[in-house]
Amino acid sequence: MSKTFTLDGKPIPFEDGQTIMEAATAAGVYIPHLCHHPEFTPHGSCKLCNVNVNGRTCSACTFPATEGQDVLSETTEINQDRQKITQMLFIEGNHLCPGCEKSGNCQLQAVAYHLNMLDNHFPHFYPKREMDASHPDVMIDHNRCIFCSLCVRASQQADGKNVFAISGRGINKHLIVNSESGQLKDSDINAGDRAAHICPTGAILIKRTGYTVPIGERIYDHKQIDQVSLETEHESHD
Amino acid sequence: MTNKIRVATTSLAGCFGCHMSFLDIDERMLQLAEAVEFDRSPITDIERCTNCDIGLIEGGVCNSENVHVLREFRKNCKTLVAVGACAINGGLPAMRNFIPLEECLAEAYLDGIGVENPQIPSDPELPLLLDKVRPIHEIVKIDYFLPGCPPSADVFWKFLTDLLEGREPSLPYELVHYD
Repeated sequence: MSKTFTLDGKPIPFEDGQTIMEAATAAGVYIPHLCHHPEFTPHGSCKLCNVNVNGRTCSACTFPATEGQDVLSETTEINQDRQKITQMLFIEGNHLCPGCEKSGNCQLQAVAYHLNMLDNHFPHFYPKREMDASHPDVMIDHNRCIFCSLCVRASQQADGKNVFAISGRGINKHLIVNSESGQLKDSDINAGDRAAHICPTGAILIKRTGYTVPIGERIYDHKQIDQVSLETEHESHD
Repeated sequence: MTNKIRVATTSLAGCFGCHMSFLDIDERMLQLAEAVEFDRSPITDIERCTNCDIGLIEGGVCNSENVHVLREFRKNCKTLVAVGACAINGGLPAMRNFIPLEECLAEAYLDGIGVENPQIPSDPELPLLLDKVRPIHEIVKIDYFLPGCPPSADVFWKFLTDLLEGREPSLPYELVHYD
């Protein structure tokens, strides 16, 4: 482990083949992200992990670490970009946190708190996508989906199933369910599947489990996502 | 005449919860009253706001009267503040944006359980509903946002004391929430 790059001026050791995100996480440095998960193939869709590498903007989750790179992450400019991206995610869906059972445990919300996002800035889309409550134990509110594809990857790579996919183009892209009817009840999903629990927002929920944790004891009530993320991602490597 | 900071407040498509949370500053209200004079507000009898320093707006915009009031506030307030989830993104009332307005009105006034003498109210005294509930920043320029449903009393206190003491208002992590 003699190779290093610098992240915000701090030397970060890495092994060949590691991405900037992987090396930073291993060194205990948080880079904001939503679609990245250490156990699954990187996706590069949320763009929150954008960092500046030798003067150019790159996604830390897909960009390989190399010797001597000069990487910037926690700059005012980059965090402002991240906040704008988060605002885009909020206005594109219907993220009405006061009535969402993921509130306090939601990574999208926690990233927004972390970035001190106080408003949504842009005009709202108010999309109207149908809910899928057909399954006895799992439901989907498509209006909260941020297309991170973690459920797609978890279903394929962890569950050995193929329940989800992203379909459509541009703003019409959406999450689809691989069953003849297109409904969750006719798919292979079970409430115990990884794919049913990995959603970073309130899009995929387990029925009858909402509002069980008191306010003040939810994941992000007092801890910021940087701390939670590093703790959980280190646990999953141990 | 005094040199006090003039504050106006209003609730548009709000639930008055943000005003209640504002009142939750409790006895600090006495301290605030020494520095602040209230203009148009649900807690005063003043009908129109004139030359204010700060306007606090709760609620989204759901009908024509909301638009007029919001414009009146923008015209008269140096600093206009969106208070609470509804003012910021439409809030839970914006859930009606996914149902056609005709269906909402029919459910409430024509087909709903227990409706007598079914008719959709149409007196010109009544403001017409907009087709969608909107956040206030889509109608007028907003200077500051206080998120929360409602924002806690400490959010109001932090924001107002920052402004009164000439600091750029800021909210620490513990005070920022959307629920």
